[in-house]
Amino acid sequence: MSELKSGSNLEKVLKAGHFAFTGECGPPKGANVEHLKEKLAHLKGHVDAVNMTDNQTAVVRMSSLAGSAIMIGEGSEPNFQMVCRDRNRLAIMSDILGAYSLGIRNMLCLSGDHQTFGNHPQAKNVHDIDSMQLIALVKKMRDEGKFMNGEDIDVPPKMFIGAACNPFADPYEYRVYRLANKIEAGADFIQTQCIFNMDKFRDFMKKVVDMGLHEKCYILAGVTPMKNAGMANFMSKFVPGMDIPESLIKRLKGVDKKDQAEEGIKFALEQVEEFKEMKGVAGVHMMAIEWEHMVPEIAERAGVLPRPAV
Amino acid sequence: MIVADRKSLEEILAMVENNKKILILGCKGCVTVCNVGGLKEVEILASSIRIARKKSGKDIDIDINVLERQCDREYVAGIKDTVGDYEAVISLACGVGPQFLSEMYTDQTFYPGVNTTFFGGATEHGVWEERCAGCGTCAIHLFGGLCPVARCAKSLLHGPCGGSSDGRCEVNKDTECIWDTIVRKKMEQGRLEDLMGVRGPKDWQTARDGGPRRSIREELIQGNI
Repeated sequence: MSELKSGSNLEKVLKAGHFAFTGECGPPKGANVEHLKEKLAHLKGHVDAVNMTDNQTAVVRMSSLAGSAIMIGEGSEPNFQMVCRDRNRLAIMSDILGAYSLGIRNMLCLSGDHQTFGNHPQAKNVHDIDSMQLIALVKKMRDEGKFMNGEDIDVPPKMFIGAACNPFADPYEYRVYRLANKIEAGADFIQTQCIFNMDKFRDFMKKVVDMGLHEKCYILAGVTPMKNAGMANFMSKFVPGMDIPESLIKRLKGVDKKDQAEEGIKFALEQVEEFKEMKGVAGVHMMAIEWEHMVPEIAERAGVLPRPAV
Repeated sequence: MIVADRKSLEEILAMVENNKKILILGCKGCVTVCNVGGLKEVEILASSIRIARKKSGKDIDIDINVLERQCDREYVAGIKDTVGDYEAVISLACGVGPQFLSEMYTDQTFYPGVNTTFFGGATEHGVWEERCAGCGTCAIHLFGGLCPVARCAKSLLHGPCGGSSDGRCEVNKDTECIWDTIVRKKMEQGRLEDLMGVRGPKDWQTARDGGPRRSIREELIQGNI
């Protein structure tokens, strides 16, 4: 990792050895640019980059490409999310070129939630390529300056390539190998699924370190502060791939309803403290879902401010 | 085989609402095997329609017949002398049948009595499951003999996705996560390395994406075989 691959702020922060802190923002369910700008204002200066989600949970929203471009205008750095569900390889490559042209330098490559979970379950899904192949494609476009078909790109897009990893999905024993495969495919950084089961994540990271994967790729641990016990219950039951220990639900239920948000934040802060010391973890990805206004306080209390200027 | 489900009686009744004399035509191929379009099902449908029409005071005259295969012009030609006697024909074959019929008998109306669903087989009595997507480039040997194109909801070539849990697909808990099965099989065989590395993007030209497909066997056309 001697030269910068993309020159993005996130890449520079990680390369300089700082503990990275990224945020997340969902685009509006409409063209409400003002609302998006309000949400982005909360994150500005408190994180190194902000993920702009791409029709997350298969619900139609403003495109992540447009949202990312608006974010640049507002002075934050986007991590442009792209799913394989809604685009074939032509649209994927064309959007990557468009994203780079608009100043986007980070990209998160995802398969995408199945449309069954969203608000247009009747839709045809694309899945022309999968997330592994998308990672390899972005790398090929960046490092070889070629399209998938081998033709030359006139000014190749230089992206810092991100991928997701869910250590809690089954089969568990395979997850670290799938992560290794994503790194092999070209992932520069990983943002994990929300972590709640710390015992399992410790075990997972031990495997990651044993395989030396943390030396090939920056791993950002995913944290979502719970707003209340109801949210924990809901996520546990209805969000695929979530592993929420009963002990956490109990802990949230153990305090007054009005104090549950604070308890959720406390748990998140304890996690961040542990991740700062955990071998192989290069930063935290803070997914404060529809809770962007809490990020400044969370970042402050997590002791990650001010964000490094690199 | 090709698997199909019978359309609801309401839907079929609506199709033939204005007809007084119809033919219900079954097929002895796949739809007989999956118990949806054979002689028995043809008879059941005929009785059901007769009863429903009698109830509504609009009697209907129904004949039945079952062809050897509706996807074969030789057999479809077998009804040429009688097909004109009816106001409409309900075909209980897969989607191929009513099309071969419509192509041969251009003046007649053919209604599909079944919804053609997938290529698959019976996993237990009364249960059929999809196994093949007909993508035109079979590579199941790379995945432990199991097809992720047909059997993964996202057709992933590098699965399982983050939603797999307890070996079930996130889209439907009644569906096996085929990637879970593939991975476990490879692990048991000590051949996990088969799943490492990045497979190139799939060539979908041989699938439906390349347009309607045609299979040409020159040796048969020339009459050598």
